[in-house]
Amino acid sequence: MNDKKDTYILGIETSCDETAAAIVKNGDEIVSNVVASQIDSHKRFGGVVPEIASRHHVEQMTIVLEEAFEQADMTWDDVDAVAVTEGPGLVGALLVGVNSAKALAFARQKPLIGVHHLAGHIYANRFQTEFEFPLLALIVSGGHTELIVMHAHGNYELIGETRDDAAGEAYDKIARVLELPYPGGPQIDKLAAEGEASMTFPRAWLESDSYDFSFSGLKSSVINTIHNATQRGESISKQSIAASFQSSVVDVLTTKTWKAAQSYQVRQVIVAGGVAANAGLRRALENQFQDSGIPLAIPPLELCTDNAAMIAAAGFVNNNQGKRSGWDLNANPSLPLK
Amino acid sequence: MNILAMDTSTQTMGVAVLNDNIPLGELSTTIKKNHSVRLMPAIDHVMREVNMAPAELDKIVSAKGPGSYTGVRIGLMTAKSMAWSLSIPITGVSSLEGLALQGRFYHSYICPFFDARRGLVYTGLYRWHHDTLELVMAERNILMHDWLDELAALGHDILFLSPDMSLHKEYIQRRLAHKAVIPADSSPAINPVHLAWAGQKKEADNTHTLTPNYLRLAEAEAKWLQKQRDDLNG
Ligand SMILES: [Zn+2]
Repeated sequence: MNDKKDTYILGIETSCDETAAAIVKNGDEIVSNVVASQIDSHKRFGGVVPEIASRHHVEQMTIVLEEAFEQADMTWDDVDAVAVTEGPGLVGALLVGVNSAKALAFARQKPLIGVHHLAGHIYANRFQTEFEFPLLALIVSGGHTELIVMHAHGNYELIGETRDDAAGEAYDKIARVLELPYPGGPQIDKLAAEGEASMTFPRAWLESDSYDFSFSGLKSSVINTIHNATQRGESISKQSIAASFQSSVVDVLTTKTWKAAQSYQVRQVIVAGGVAANAGLRRALENQFQDSGIPLAIPPLELCTDNAAMIAAAGFVNNNQGKRSGWDLNANPSLPLK
Repeated sequence: MNILAMDTSTQTMGVAVLNDNIPLGELSTTIKKNHSVRLMPAIDHVMREVNMAPAELDKIVSAKGPGSYTGVRIGLMTAKSMAWSLSIPITGVSSLEGLALQGRFYHSYICPFFDARRGLVYTGLYRWHHDTLELVMAERNILMHDWLDELAALGHDILFLSPDMSLHKEYIQRRLAHKAVIPADSSPAINPVHLAWAGQKKEADNTHTLTPNYLRLAEAEAKWLQKQRDDLNG
């Protein structure tokens, strides 16, 4: 079944609380994609506990790998290389995937490819659209809010990033103050859809030429509003808080993305990361880019969250460019995207 | 039968390749460097030196803890991944048992331990019986103070083995006096060849379900369980 011109990459991802393995053909076709989520285990703590995440990764890794091969109906002979998230992420969690990948690649004598987690999120888009350069990527997740311009495959120019909280982090904190169940981001998105953005919260535009973000002022303002209302014994609509907060976040993200797309004259805009699953953000971006002539790509929901197919897809590019890793590959929790 | 054994559960990193009982190559270091960076190059190095390809391996043996959480995971995840991808059996051996094997000619009780901070140790009690090392008091995470009470009650000679001996030596000697046997020359480490020998005698584990023996809950989980108990008791 295996035409030798095709390249099959096994991807492994363990940077946070999903243990994932996938096999991807030629960098743009998912052959299998298995994700074991630990969300139920971390729920009781109200967030991801790093030590517990690491423990679960060890328990799940080979099971998830086996499932990825079974779903693909493939053996090791079909696999050309092993790609793994080397960072950024939780160091203990990353270490499990990195050491597993090294052992697999060594045992089966395959090339090893370290992959940047955010490169993975960007490449999650390649399963539905071929990239057109220059390309602008908006990455929004619990740990990241970044604008990146790509001039070619595997080339990343960071033009803007958050100066304090990541967008997803702000979502999580507001959700906690509103006493919403974990994980809070999707809950706020849901409530926002039911409410009116009747309150005005700050939007941090920063310097006029900056593509950086800041969400800590917004976060404090929302939290103060909730606390003040509670202190005065006033009831406050969670729906309108959520809608007003979300509208501020989405407004800033959409406007900065739009400006960057104009000034860098990009031929494509892609959205990546867990917050790309946010319905409010998706709608606002779609409206903004609708008649612009710049195609906008947002991955399907299941590819917005962490998975290993995206790591294999990014690894395919590294592999083609001869970017391989040695047996001394390590987890790097603050790996820069270059 | 070609065996690869590995251990990264303490600051010592050990890798050994054996053919049946014969050690062909062995590498052991005790330095303050990252196991994650060094384990796979060490395995690669030893296997090259003994001219063995990964496909020629018949079994993997790995220390499975207790010890450093991260260290144990690095070794065991590497071992599990190799065994699974090569479809060969794997056996996990207790890191304490591995250490106790340093006392394999000793006639009485053997107490291996690792320091676990705040007065705690990971330990257990072993004894050589005919040709096997038997666990006579279960492995546990316990205050050294309480553990020595239990050992004193035995009234027998006990050989203490630990890479962390300097932290506990005086106290052990004060509590057990001449019943405590402490090797003068060493702070012994796990020898990967011993691990391989021990692993060879044991049945293979299920590759998927073999997990580290931490001997301790993650802190967040312990606190959470305590809170459940407190809530239950009003
Ligand atoms: Zn992610």
